Amino acid sequence: MKIHEYQGKELLKKFGVVVPRGVFCPTVEDAVKAAETLGGKVWVVKAQIHAGGRGKGGGVKVAKSLDEVRQYANQILGMQLVTHQTGPQGQKVRRLLIEEGADIRKEYYVAALTDRATQTVAMMASSEGGMDIEEVAHKTPEKIIKVFVDPEEGLTDAQAGQLADGIGVPAESRDKAVATFKALFKCYMETDASLAEINPLILEGNGNIKALDAKFNFDSNALYRQPEIVAYRDLDEEDPDELEASKFDLSYISLDGNIGCLVNGAGLAMATMDTIKFFGAEPANFLDVGGGATTEKVTEAFQIMLRNPKVKGILVNIFGGIMRCDTIATGVVAAARETHLSVPLVVRMKGTNEDIGKKILSESGLPIITADSMAEAATKIVAAVS
Amino acid sequence: MSILINKDTKIITQGITGKTGQFHTEKCQEYANGKNCFVAGVNPKKAGESIFGIPIYASVKEAAAQTGATVSVIYVPPPGAAAAIWEAVEADLDLVICITEGIPVRDMLVVRNKMKKREAAGGKKTLLLGPNCPGLITPDEVKIGIMPGHIHRKGRIGVVSRSGTLTYEAVGQLTEIGLGQSSAVGIGGDPINGLKHIEIMRLFNDDPDTDAVIMIGEIGGPDEANAALWCKANMKKPVVGFIAGVTAPAGKRMGHAGALISGGADTAEAKLAIMEECGFTVTRDPSEMAKLIKSMI
Repeated sequence: MKIHEYQGKELLKKFGVVVPRGVFCPTVEDAVKAAETLGGKVWVVKAQIHAGGRGKGGGVKVAKSLDEVRQYANQILGMQLVTHQTGPQGQKVRRLLIEEGADIRKEYYVAALTDRATQTVAMMASSEGGMDIEEVAHKTPEKIIKVFVDPEEGLTDAQAGQLADGIGVPAESRDKAVATFKALFKCYMETDASLAEINPLILEGNGNIKALDAKFNFDSNALYRQPEIVAYRDLDEEDPDELEASKFDLSYISLDGNIGCLVNGAGLAMATMDTIKFFGAEPANFLDVGGGATTEKVTEAFQIMLRNPKVKGILVNIFGGIMRCDTIATGVVAAARETHLSVPLVVRMKGTNEDIGKKILSESGLPIITADSMAEAATKIVAAVS
Repeated sequence: MSILINKDTKIITQGITGKTGQFHTEKCQEYANGKNCFVAGVNPKKAGESIFGIPIYASVKEAAAQTGATVSVIYVPPPGAAAAIWEAVEADLDLVICITEGIPVRDMLVVRNKMKKREAAGGKKTLLLGPNCPGLITPDEVKIGIMPGHIHRKGRIGVVSRSGTLTYEAVGQLTEIGLGQSSAVGIGGDPINGLKHIEIMRLFNDDPDTDAVIMIGEIGGPDEANAALWCKANMKKPVVGFIAGVTAPAGKRMGHAGALISGGADTAEAKLAIMEECGFTVTRDPSEMAKLIKSMI
């Protein structure tokens, strides 16, 4: 689960990271009022969407007067902000963050994330702040300093110091940087984050270390014990179909192709998508119905797939283990009837009660095409839609 | 013969009294020598009782002491699952198989680091399989986990995969063309887990009764590449490789918590390329896995 920058900064502040003074604003009037209250001569108007790359897309502006605050707030609020992470359709801006300006002497990068290879938390820092870190990793990997932290012991003073020295924090600000890194690590652990990134982390003219941005991602397995994080969830930022699917415990992700697929198991679902591509077409979605599919769940899955106007055919691929093929077949027949299915449907089922399942399909009177292997199923659906 | 488990393995079930634990324990008991293998359950509140004829003990330590069991399987719900793993480790078991899906990553990070420190301090090395995995099976001997037993057949092909249903797919294909399995192992779809492809490949390489291996992976993480590099230098048996997720977009979690492309090196194409370089017979058509193995032995 992702959250907005202003929410991330709230979290960071709670753990002791210094952030600029700022106000979250849902309207232009609020934005102007916020700038007035904050005082000063420079303000930053920042679009709040979950995708990165907002600055390049025109979603972050520096205002030098209250009129400019109004002007930029007007421009940004309600715009379709297109960044490299939103896709070409962009994301509508519904929230703004108005912040005091900062006196930037130097920009750094720091992040905490789970490292699969070492099974620890990696803390990464770089002197090249404000840039895309993947680009830094690609072009100048020596400018990224990494330490691996034992999740029980936490980030030690020595490790935090190693990061600060490694990125060249001046001696007089070293303690502040160390405190910031330790606070970031603590925040990462205690909120069950899977990514906590500050880019840029700045050194101000007066030697202060401050987080100018905050990007968080949280482990969805841990949300049950993080009510404060769940309260930050912004449903406007999520794909409506994926959201609807999650209500039914279906794992759904929309893609660009025209063949909908419904599969049990994440690995088999990906393999089914890949098979569709292998035989010359593109999948319209990833959809894992999970282990305990009922007729209602299958019907809901069909409805979600069919809401996508690009879908020209559906492939159902089930390996019946604990889930029986006859249960799925009954669900598929009911779903096809209820949705008045008008696109070709290919069903491949294997495993427990396969024969009963096939019989249910053939006796339904519906034009369901059956297949024995994934390859056969993919070939048939690709032929049916082209 | 097999890897990790066989007909003489004695198993403790943690979470035996829950709905999932009960359902699968019964199926595991029914399979091959299961009646003799599943010797104990654990639930501190129901110690002294029994279920399906299996005695329930208050702790893993007590269950192991009373029955001589060396392996446990865990169906405990996510909030208590990491503690259940640690309990089994502290009881000095050989192998712990965690089926539970949805354990917080932080809990797994902590328990894995505790396990490594315990081992480094001279404690017994307990292997962990999973979490979020279907378990493992040695056909006609014992099944520990949630896989459908009837699709398996005793034989000489090893199968290892992160995905449950994709393991079943490979096993189903093998059985259909008359090839049996020595063991089939699901290592699970979580980002922080126990045994990885590389360790299972090592075991299959050393197993005199495994002739060839199907290794299945998916997007996300470095494990398949590490295993492939190890195999290049050490594997003496043919390997067929498949990676799911060629069509998966970057940055999206594809069902499994660990199935997430987060850099350039963990895409399906990158993994397929490295496997091919390391001498695997790689396929992009998962319907061909068993046929390819057959052509190689």
